[in-house]
Amino acid sequence: MIATLGRTLILLALLSASAGSLVGFVAGRARSAVGSLWARRLAYAFAAFMLLSNLTMEYALLTHDFSVGYVAHVGSRSVPTWVTIVSLWSSLEGSILFWGLVMGAFVAAATWLTRNRFPEYMPYAIGVWLACGAFFSFLLAGPAQPFATIASPAADGPGPNALLQNHYLMAIHPPFLYSGYVGMTIPFGLACAALLVGRLGNDFIRPLRNFLLVPWIFLTCAIVLGGWWAYEVLGWGGYWAWDPVENASFLPWLAATAALHSAILVERKGVLKGWTVTLVIATYLLTILGTFMTRSGVFNSVHSFTQSAIGPTILIFLAAALVLSTALLSLRLDALAREGELEGGLSRDTMFLVQNLLLVLFTFTVLLGTVFPLVVEAAQGVQMSVGRPYFDRMSVPIGVALLFVMGVGPALPWGRATRDQLGRALLPPLGTAAVLLLLGFALGARNGWTLLTLFFGGFTAQVTLGEMFRPIGQRMRAHGEGLIEAFRQSQSRGSRRFGAYVVHAGAMMVIISIAVSSTNQQSKEVQLTRGESASLGAYTLTFAGADRVVEPHRESVRARLDIQRGGRELGTLYPRMTYYESQREPIGTPAVQSSLGEDLYLSVHNIDDQAGTVGLLILINPMVGWIWIATAVMALGGLVALLPIRRPAPAVARAPAAVAAIEGGS
Amino acid sequence: MSAPTATARRSRTRWFALGAVAVAGAAFVAISVSGIGDNLVYYWGPKELRAAGDKAVGATIRLGGQVAPGSIKPGDGVSNLEFDVTDGTALVHVVATGVPPQLFRDRIGVVVEGTMTRGGTFEGHRLLVSHDNKYRAPADKNVDIKTLMRSTAGLEER
Repeated sequence: MIATLGRTLILLALLSASAGSLVGFVAGRARSAVGSLWARRLAYAFAAFMLLSNLTMEYALLTHDFSVGYVAHVGSRSVPTWVTIVSLWSSLEGSILFWGLVMGAFVAAATWLTRNRFPEYMPYAIGVWLACGAFFSFLLAGPAQPFATIASPAADGPGPNALLQNHYLMAIHPPFLYSGYVGMTIPFGLACAALLVGRLGNDFIRPLRNFLLVPWIFLTCAIVLGGWWAYEVLGWGGYWAWDPVENASFLPWLAATAALHSAILVERKGVLKGWTVTLVIATYLLTILGTFMTRSGVFNSVHSFTQSAIGPTILIFLAAALVLSTALLSLRLDALAREGELEGGLSRDTMFLVQNLLLVLFTFTVLLGTVFPLVVEAAQGVQMSVGRPYFDRMSVPIGVALLFVMGVGPALPWGRATRDQLGRALLPPLGTAAVLLLLGFALGARNGWTLLTLFFGGFTAQVTLGEMFRPIGQRMRAHGEGLIEAFRQSQSRGSRRFGAYVVHAGAMMVIISIAVSSTNQQSKEVQLTRGESASLGAYTLTFAGADRVVEPHRESVRARLDIQRGGRELGTLYPRMTYYESQREPIGTPAVQSSLGEDLYLSVHNIDDQAGTVGLLILINPMVGWIWIATAVMALGGLVALLPIRRPAPAVARAPAAVAAIEGGS
Repeated sequence: MSAPTATARRSRTRWFALGAVAVAGAAFVAISVSGIGDNLVYYWGPKELRAAGDKAVGATIRLGGQVAPGSIKPGDGVSNLEFDVTDGTALVHVVATGVPPQLFRDRIGVVVEGTMTRGGTFEGHRLLVSHDNKYRAPADKNVDIKTLMRSTAGLEER
């Protein structure tokens, strides 16, 4: 019954998406207002059917209706309710269903926000969105059907994958990731619309940039939440391993970051229109490639929970999207004529180009290392992977160079700068750079790249904070405003600019934290019997014994470790091994004692509560906590940059030229 | 500035920029490709490892197979754990460092990451056991190391 309802809803979603896509393209071509209206209506209908089918699945999960195929696959009566709710995205079919919901939400929101604007572009954009929506509805209707009917349902099910039950972050990470991935459909549709219409003016680059920024924020959070989950759950003591599935989320992020920056040049200078559109399209294609990599099981990865036969279908969609976008680009790229000139020389313009080039190289490097094993296996049948040293060796210099550009770029003026201007812009930040370098050295950093990162990081910090607050000072001087009034005024006029620098500040902190945590880690493996102690750095751990914790859906063996630091008691940590019904092998869960400076990280390899022994990996990870904080800063900056800007024309005329120039900048 | 001069400057700048980008791009591709070549991780079973001969010495290898019954010598709990990995046809002797995982025992599917020494002993520095209770070393064909890899958790390394 429920299964039939679900299947019907999915078919209706497929129907509205396909029809809406056709109507959109026809309406765009015929410039028909009525057609446009119907395209919008069908977009809302698609979203509504996706919402209803998801609610139907949640109902089936919560009522433990094991006659529904997906519920029989992941449901269980013994797991807590929150696990049952998030089971929706714990396995392939459900996650595609949830994917459809996110897509419906994005499409409906974007359609609503643009309902009275860009009549020329929007039918095409809706056409593209719904074409993508139709593909995912098709997946749900056929290859990944979550509402299959089970003829003779069992009384109970196995529950979702044990790794997913093991940590609450699994409830948060996938929705962010899907929002980041699926949300890229919106800028992709807008970019295609710009190509089809043959114009990308200042009126349209703004929505394109904003609709790109929203999924970018989600994706930024998702990548780091994934790293956080790996850190808190997997127990190998790190947060990033250049695993193919991690790379899958990082690749579109890189391309989107490049596009967000080149969009600024489109808006300010009227150049790089075709390039920006290409980057946006590449971002979307990389999300589809990522979907293929995560969903098809072609990679050896801890993340490939969900292997199935949908791989080839996604590959066909990827190929089709690639061919169609390339065709569209080659036919219509010339139509996006530039309206201005870029300045050469040492200017902010050049730094934007360098930044874009670095990000594209970064994307290429990661892509190459990720797909190389696939190509070799397909060609020669040899199984291999590209080791982590490749990625480290390539990404460290690029990352440091990006940090350098992040500092130097905003310090430079737009257009050609005089020698005098250059000196004033570039010399003062060297002070903070030197301070941070010496501080790092004093605290024990010896790795050359880490010290270079600290140096550029200090430079970037001074430039970023300076640029962030400069308009405020200028307003205070120019208008005689108080600090708060000046902040409010410059915020309402320059929120984009301010937000962008907040993002830069966060990104700088992330890069520094990664550099420090990856080069200054201390580690030790020990085997302890009850009462024995081990020490690492300033910490001493005493194994006080092991006990069992029994819960309805799992059973854990915990090791109790009393922690001392420099003779001071810090409490007890409980790393544990958890046994789930669905799996013979226990899952180790590390225990982490975090502070701002460093984390003490304990991971159990083996534990025997009868004999009273424990095998432990002990790590001291400096500055890891800063990565999570800095990512929150980046997301916050992104949100600030989304705030609407007040653009009162007379105010610009009234203000001195300098203030106007800065407020217009970003 | 008059229009022709601006155009000339623009085209010269553009060619210069294109040339610089092309050179940088080519250099970058060369570095990437050689970087990949130096950092491959091979997924081999005992038979393929034996067949690779000297190529295996010093290379990074993920050796997959089954722990041969009765071959485990525990060492001191942190290092010098010794055992044999087999795929039913060939046998590789492994000396591993690190604390062994919980379920490590005879006949379990394992993946050991490390390298081959000249002496013919495999030096492992990471040891993972199969999570898949269906895994058995096949007696007559190559180990499907990919299936084995998928069934181990925590494949990531520091």
